[in-house]
Amino acid sequence: MKKILAIALALCALFVFAACTATPDNGAMTYEEYVAAELDAPVTVETYVQAKQSWWDNKATLYTQAEDGAYFIYEMPITEEEYNKLVPGTKLLVNGFKAEWSGEIEIIDAQYEILEGEFIAEAFDATDLLGKEELINHQNKFVTFKDMTVENVEYKNGEPGDDIYVTLSKDGASYDFCVEVYLTGTETEVYKAVGELTAGDIIDVEGFLYWYEGANTHITAIYNAAETETEAEAEAEVKTETDVKTETEAETETEAEANADAETEANEEDVAFGDNEFTPNW
Amino acid sequence: MKKLFTLFLAVVTLFSLCSCHGALVKDSGPEKEETPLPVPPEEFDTSRDFEITFWAKNDTNKTQVAIYEKTISDFEKIYPNISVKLRLYTDYGKIYNDVITNIATKTTPDVCITYPDHIATYLSGENIVVPLDTFINDEKYGLGGSGLRFDSPEKDEVVEKFLDEGKISGVQYALPFMRSTEALYVNKTYVEKLGFELPETVTWDFIFEVCEKAVKKDDDGIYEINGKKRMIPFIYKSTDNMMIQLLKQRNAGFSTDRGDILIFNDDCTDILLKIAKETEKGLFSTFKISGYPANLLNAGECIFAVDSTAGATWMGTDAPLIDIAKEKLVEFETVVLPVPQIDPKNPVMISQGPSVCIFNKDDPQRVLASFIFTQYLLTNEVQIAYSGTEGYLPVTNKALSSEEYTDYLSRSGEDNEKYYDIKITASKLLMDNIGKTFVTPVFNGSASLRDVAGQLIENVTKSVNRKEIVDKKYIDDLYDDMISLHRLDKTKIKNERFLSANDGIKKLPVESKALIILLCTVWLFLILYFIYETLKKRKK
Repeated sequence: MKKILAIALALCALFVFAACTATPDNGAMTYEEYVAAELDAPVTVETYVQAKQSWWDNKATLYTQAEDGAYFIYEMPITEEEYNKLVPGTKLLVNGFKAEWSGEIEIIDAQYEILEGEFIAEAFDATDLLGKEELINHQNKFVTFKDMTVENVEYKNGEPGDDIYVTLSKDGASYDFCVEVYLTGTETEVYKAVGELTAGDIIDVEGFLYWYEGANTHITAIYNAAETETEAEAEAEVKTETDVKTETEAETETEAEANADAETEANEEDVAFGDNEFTPNW
Repeated sequence: MKKLFTLFLAVVTLFSLCSCHGALVKDSGPEKEETPLPVPPEEFDTSRDFEITFWAKNDTNKTQVAIYEKTISDFEKIYPNISVKLRLYTDYGKIYNDVITNIATKTTPDVCITYPDHIATYLSGENIVVPLDTFINDEKYGLGGSGLRFDSPEKDEVVEKFLDEGKISGVQYALPFMRSTEALYVNKTYVEKLGFELPETVTWDFIFEVCEKAVKKDDDGIYEINGKKRMIPFIYKSTDNMMIQLLKQRNAGFSTDRGDILIFNDDCTDILLKIAKETEKGLFSTFKISGYPANLLNAGECIFAVDSTAGATWMGTDAPLIDIAKEKLVEFETVVLPVPQIDPKNPVMISQGPSVCIFNKDDPQRVLASFIFTQYLLTNEVQIAYSGTEGYLPVTNKALSSEEYTDYLSRSGEDNEKYYDIKITASKLLMDNIGKTFVTPVFNGSASLRDVAGQLIENVTKSVNRKEIVDKKYIDDLYDDMISLHRLDKTKIKNERFLSANDGIKKLPVESKALIILLCTVWLFLILYFIYETLKKRKK
């Protein structure tokens, strides 16, 4: 009897261990599988909130991204209390239907579950993909475009208060961008800074690669391109110094401090382009 | 005993008559406002300065914004003590949401562009919206009033039908600002290429007949008609209007003036099943599901697009406002027709467009300032300028019959901006059919009911796309979902399926219930009396 009991206990322990270590099969697809899914098909993805566009009438619209691709979640039913729990990085399991609206691939009629985990995407540099078909492969991702020339800035309503339509050019071709007011609000640095742009300004932009009858990035930050270049050069210098860190550690630290001071000064001068940090309108 | 009985019967009869009278009043419409209507001040105080806020809606059209700004500037020159602060919206729904939020904080605007359906919801609060009857009729500051500093239209110069659309429970809560209807924008080139000839008014059957031919693909899955991978032959922008107009064309119920809900009827079910059938064949989609009708039409990816006449400047190869890349734009001939009909000989179409209401404030002088500004929106200068920005129609006969407006209409097609022919044709469409337009009853909850009408179509279309089975059971379940989701008052639903025998009794008005109880009592009394008399005779 004791032997049987011992075997039973051992089996139980084994099962418990197996249950604890196994990855739960929640039906989540990879991004590749999501792309392959037909429109109107049910989809399930694990993804991470990157920005919240809006909440109204118990529905939220979210920009989300996982390590392998990005998903736009449109009007997902959620209470305001739950919505407030979502912050950049929050991991979600989303079940919904794949849909396309004016070219934008999105998940609609979704349900969600908050999971353990965190991921914040770094901006993917898509400058070289402008005007190319491959750009759509990065739809909804957090992206950056460098050295863009401002062609036109236009308020949707003709005055501040609504979206801002921005036309930027690169190598003679023009591209549409937008400051989506539901995403940024009107009181943010980015909204004000974009409103102050004039034709001919050279900027770097960051945002989410939204689609509306073609690429239509929703801008979340702009940078003075010339300054970013200086910063990049400074960073390169730091890198060089770091390479020799083992030899002259103390000296390198002094250089790094000096570079940090220089960067602070540069930011202070950069009034027209805001504080280079996007403050989401939570 | 007999005297007592006669007296009793007389009292019963009197009660019965009172109950009947009460019911008649109820049946004739919603209860009338009992409190006296506010009267404007006798004299407008020009010694004080007033700042009023005006929440206005534009159709993402900067010319409209410019006209609002010019209107305010011109008005402030005439009334230097009134300054108007403009806040712009591009969506009626957003205005509605913001007003609801601001009612709670007592920060509503003074003057607001809105829909009567929305006003009905605002009225659920006390003293929120100003009843305008006494203001309109005021000799000095009313319509055409002697004390106004501009040429305001007289009351009878406002198109009566449009004016009546601003009445709720018999009280005038809104003045019309602009009117539009829906139109069918057609790629005539494709219709003829498919071997059809467009009639003056098309039927739903005609549309789907053409659509069936339009979805023919070659071996590579390319649509033959446009050489593209995408073709949605028929797209509808506002599916609430689609359902409402289809029900009207079938003479089926939607709602009543007293707020009864009639939409969940057999006609509605039949319409939804038909939409499901056409969607399954790939013939139909909606704005919410696929995108703007104008974009699809202009890209040659749709043949029939129903949208507001106030969206006419976006329609067609030569449209002044285009929202797709140049390389996507295709060349085709655009035609503007009335919305599809069941009986083309007796067409009916919805009347819509912005109205203006005034929100109550503690200071009656400020309210009067708001009313004076509101009237300024009805002057010929504003009416003709604003209507020309889209396929709108001015709401006053004074503007409609003016030389300036007649000249504007006559110059259709002179250019693709101010005189864009599609836009002017859209305006004429409404002008020629004012008598055939209708609106749905307005009551607290009518905005939700309108949402239900649209969502029924959206859900059916989405479900078909998702390969779900859409049959009668699906639709019955959908009705239940809509009732619960939109928190519709179940006691107001008068469709057979939702009325059990018990519910019928429960839904009777108090007077009717009292009458039934009284009649039962009388019968009981009569029976008892009869038994008493019989027993008395036997004893004798």
